[in-house]
Amino acid sequence: MNLRPDPTFHATPRLAMEAPAETLAFTLMLSPDGSQPDGLAVVDVDPKSKSYGEIVHQVIMPNKGDEFHHFGWNACSSSLSPLSGHAFLERRYLIIPGIRSSRIYVIDVKDPLKAKIHKIIEPEEVFAKTGYSRPHTIHCGPEGIYVSTLGGGGADGTDGPPGIFIMDCETFDILGRYEMDRGEQDKHYDFWWNLPRDYMVSSEWGLPPQFENGIVAEDLLSNKYGHKIHFWKLRERRNVQTIDLGENHQMALEIRPAHDPSKDYGFCGVVVDTTNLQGSIFTWWRKDDGTFEAKKTLTIDPRPEKPENLPPLLQGFEAVPPLVTDIDLSLDDRFLYVACWGLGEMHQYDVSDPMAPKLTGKVELGGIARNTPHPNGKPFAYGPQMVEISRDGKRVYWTNSLYSTWDDQFYPDDEGGQMVMANVGENGGLELDKDFYVSFPKGYRSHQIRLEGGDCSTDSFCYPSV
Amino acid sequence: MDAANGAAALWGAVVASGIYHGLNPGMGWPLAVSAALMDRSPRSLLRALLALAAGHLLAMVVILFPFTALLVLAERQREIQLAASVLVIALGVYLLINRRHPRFLSRVPPSRLGLWSFLAALAHGAALMLVPIYLGICRTIETDAGHAAAADLMTRNTGVAAMVAVIHTLAMAGSGGLVAFGVYRWLGLKFLSKSWFNLDLVWALSLVLVGVISLFAAL
Repeated sequence: MNLRPDPTFHATPRLAMEAPAETLAFTLMLSPDGSQPDGLAVVDVDPKSKSYGEIVHQVIMPNKGDEFHHFGWNACSSSLSPLSGHAFLERRYLIIPGIRSSRIYVIDVKDPLKAKIHKIIEPEEVFAKTGYSRPHTIHCGPEGIYVSTLGGGGADGTDGPPGIFIMDCETFDILGRYEMDRGEQDKHYDFWWNLPRDYMVSSEWGLPPQFENGIVAEDLLSNKYGHKIHFWKLRERRNVQTIDLGENHQMALEIRPAHDPSKDYGFCGVVVDTTNLQGSIFTWWRKDDGTFEAKKTLTIDPRPEKPENLPPLLQGFEAVPPLVTDIDLSLDDRFLYVACWGLGEMHQYDVSDPMAPKLTGKVELGGIARNTPHPNGKPFAYGPQMVEISRDGKRVYWTNSLYSTWDDQFYPDDEGGQMVMANVGENGGLELDKDFYVSFPKGYRSHQIRLEGGDCSTDSFCYPSV
Repeated sequence: MDAANGAAALWGAVVASGIYHGLNPGMGWPLAVSAALMDRSPRSLLRALLALAAGHLLAMVVILFPFTALLVLAERQREIQLAASVLVIALGVYLLINRRHPRFLSRVPPSRLGLWSFLAALAHGAALMLVPIYLGICRTIETDAGHAAAADLMTRNTGVAAMVAVIHTLAMAGSGGLVAFGVYRWLGLKFLSKSWFNLDLVWALSLVLVGVISLFAAL
């Protein structure tokens, strides 16, 4: 407990943008075959530092086979609402779930260069207290730390639907399930919310048998992955509306609400349209009567390709699907970044008008049957995937791995983990920084990035930027 | 200290504690700023403030009136004040040991600020803090009144309880409202994180302090 609010808590997104720039990034390292324990890399992102672009510390876990994916903070700017009663928490711990093992690590990063394990919650405890498995997205909110899961109970995670559970934000004890009425929600992936307006939005990937051993082509072609988004009364813990994006819109993944809580809209990225292989972005918004609507506002076309250049999975299609696997919105709600992991492109869209995204920047890097190298000449395995934007919106970081078994299907010849950064122009535009290129230790791939002091997919704000 | 001075000091405490509660961001003024900014209308600030004040007032009433009823036992006044003092001290000590905020408060939706304010005032002992002060005021009046009839006493004590609750709430809403409006209009939300101090310890200690003073006054 602090005597003053943590200096990295900001009342509004604009105040967060004006705060000092990040000097460190935290990036997850995963061992795709489970031969080594997963880890957390602390990366120097301060251009004035001698070790700029280097891994300056690693926390290696004591177990193997966790498969790190997403993670988040114990506390963020949402603490600045008197309603939460948590104004004096420290932003100090990273909550890292193992998506494969269901184990959860709490890492103390108060002294980032000496970051260490604070607590480990064993999978058995997660199963016993929640009936869920395969924990994924972390958000700090009114009732503590919210954790989305991808699996229900049982060995293959299909015994009951997956959902969200809540952890105590001080003791990190698992408190229990979030949902009181889940409606028709039976799959899960991401979630986020608008705190003052008291609603939450959640999305769907697929059930564990549909992803753990690789993408199941038959399931995809018969539209069996998730294609719905759910709207919840956050504090009532009740699903009040489900919108089906259309069953051909397979895998509705990241949910990115506008950061300014007075704006009642947000985005959702859809990996692939099974009718034409397009990737797409849906814009959802809340209407005056409190109900929600969603509309496809952006499509990205596949690229035709000769079968011999394609992995077996795609040869029949003679095309490279864009595979929109991650999106992220800058704190001023102006630019939406869209990772096209299949094409090997990072797109930047001006979404000042959320109903009409305009392409303003593009970087080519990696990609199926293209393998565009980094401007420094070094290779980039797979394609641009987990993307994170600096609070001031000037730098965009990303890594390259999607999920171990899927990497191997879409990029059978690639291996390695890289993290790169692109600079954003005054009025848009995106250019890779030649001097920032992190190569992770041999045998490791990299996934989500968190920036010191918060970033564009961690903090929820309780006050508008007016 | 004569009765008049004692009464003035106690009424001063009613106002001072109101200002203290009002200025503390934890009691809700930032929510009034948020409401005004969300709706882009200063009227929403006032509406939120009224809801917060109503909840606070109700909490005072709910806590003070049972003690008013107890005061019918005129010859037991001293014992009642002793018990109230011990209760306030006990809550203070409990809050010193258990520094965690009650989680049920975070289940209240932001649209129900009145309910939130009511529960927060109860849970943090804001209402209970007023009890020893109220009992003290009743005793000063008692000294003046001599041997009044029980019914008269009851009426008078009810009136005093209502006055204590209203004056305290006015002070709370006034001070909280001023800060909220200042932040909304001029200071900006940076003021929120700059000015918010962790008063948990001070708060618990002030409960103990009020209880101890009241205890000695009663002995």
